[in-house]
Amino acid sequence: MTAITEKTLADFVYAEARMLDEQRFEEWLALFRDDAYYWMPLAHDQQDPRLHTSLLYEDTLLLKVRIERLAGQRTFSQQPKSRCHHLLQAPRIESSDAARGEHVVRTAFHYTEARLDAQTLFAGWATHHLVETGGALRIRLKRVDLLNCDAAFGNIQLFM
Amino acid sequence: MNKYRDNPDAIRALVRDNEVHKDTYIDAELFELEMEHLFANAWIYVGHASQVPHKGDYYTTTVGTEDVVMVRHSDDSVRVLYNRCPHKGVMVAGGVCGNTGKFFRCPYHAWTFKTDGSPLSIPLKKGYENTGFESCEASHGMAAVPNVKVYRDFVFCRLNPGGPSFEAYFGASLSTIDNMVDRSPDGRLEVAGGVLRYLHNCNWKMLVDNQTDTCHPMVAHESSAGTAVRVWNEAPQGTPKPMAVELFAPFMSPYEFFENMGIRVWENGHGHTGVSDSIHAAYSEVPGYWEQMVAAHGEARAKQILGDTRHNTVYFPNIMVKGPIQTLRLFKPIAVDKTLVESWTFRLVGAPDMLLERTVMYNRLINAPTSVVGHDDLEMYERAQQGLRSRGRDWINVARLYDPAEKGRTNIVTNGTNEMQMREQMRAWARFITESM
Repeated sequence: MTAITEKTLADFVYAEARMLDEQRFEEWLALFRDDAYYWMPLAHDQQDPRLHTSLLYEDTLLLKVRIERLAGQRTFSQQPKSRCHHLLQAPRIESSDAARGEHVVRTAFHYTEARLDAQTLFAGWATHHLVETGGALRIRLKRVDLLNCDAAFGNIQLFM
Repeated sequence: MNKYRDNPDAIRALVRDNEVHKDTYIDAELFELEMEHLFANAWIYVGHASQVPHKGDYYTTTVGTEDVVMVRHSDDSVRVLYNRCPHKGVMVAGGVCGNTGKFFRCPYHAWTFKTDGSPLSIPLKKGYENTGFESCEASHGMAAVPNVKVYRDFVFCRLNPGGPSFEAYFGASLSTIDNMVDRSPDGRLEVAGGVLRYLHNCNWKMLVDNQTDTCHPMVAHESSAGTAVRVWNEAPQGTPKPMAVELFAPFMSPYEFFENMGIRVWENGHGHTGVSDSIHAAYSEVPGYWEQMVAAHGEARAKQILGDTRHNTVYFPNIMVKGPIQTLRLFKPIAVDKTLVESWTFRLVGAPDMLLERTVMYNRLINAPTSVVGHDDLEMYERAQQGLRSRGRDWINVARLYDPAEKGRTNIVTNGTNEMQMREQMRAWARFITESM
């Protein structure tokens, strides 16, 4: 695979967000390694996903359940479907280990989720832990830190 | 013109033997009366004593729609005060929790109060001489809630001075809290794992009704739990069953399972599903825990404690407790069509971390604003909140397995799909809302 540059990493993050906005969920899930987690902490600067509750701490099995549910005939909370929109700041490389093929990229974002007449805006930071796997970048951990992670929320049905 | 204020007969007429009038869920005047009367006459959960372990520790919350502060007083007792400075009305205790030391100090004019609410000092006190201040309400300090009961570290209060005692109000239903606490080898719980806060655009009673509604899981949660089971079934044979699947799968149990697990109905609107079996009964063993329980309680007693796998216990009006998974859900009324659901979890002190891990995972999977199970339920509540406004029908049906002989009977164990618990909740509702009118 060609050398990973800052642009390659940023393009990956942009492409990932676009898959979510276009609801290409199967394609999106394929970006994750089998041992990957999608983590949305409940507490500011949370370190422990195991003994402290999170909004989401999902392995690929749970992500698959979520994606299949979104398409289900009897998923009434998605009739009609939600839509989402990612507005990303330019991703920044937090660390990069070319020898190991491991890269950490942080991206500030505004995320909007809408359904029927309701539209909700969220702000936060996404941190992608990416690993070069089989000639491509794959996600080992996507951590989404919301500005107001400990606030009371209504439904959040899609992925940030 | 008021339809219900000062009209207890009109309120009682909203609760029939087997149906309930829609106004109880959508009428703003009735919501006001619930806050004034029902939430003042009933014993309401405030918080857990482990949230205020040291003198001066405080935690702010609401009782009904009243802002209160729960505080550990200098004599080590837990007090509940209305969070309002008697001077200009400022909420004295700020934020969610903290330590206030020996006294509260209002941040506006520095009036201070002991942690039982009594007045301590006022700057430039001389300015109140010969003003008649001593006969002003403000001279009494912060108002304290008169009735506070700490039961095995669970803190409840009753806002009105008169009414049933704590023991008379909860009666035999306290056995669910007992069971949850007894599951700790040290006989003690601690709040742990963070609280999930989920806003619902629906009346608070829809959530309470849902807790013992055993005819909805296999329908409303087919999308979430059903999908989880289907995805899991595609895994290669021999793959160890993940904890998440173990938690999700029982939601898809057939009607027969829920009928057979039974429901127990106590008095005053308290009751629980899962008498002989429940969706929490088949969780895998946690290494080391059984040995700890036997050491603490002896084998027979340990077996009895762990064999009691009650599903949902409703403590009327607005909490639900799950002993086997150490969860407490608090349905905080905000408006007639707005409710904040707080889902709390507990550590069984002395038990292996894996139990807290399972509890925390359950809370996340089932009770979070990001929970697929939560999405299923909230969609139904919101559709009901909207649909109930229809002129086409005026009543909500609760007739399932109604028996005219059930009225006045307590501590009944019956078919798990019986709606008797919902009927008893509304009978208690009619009683406690009109009691002080």
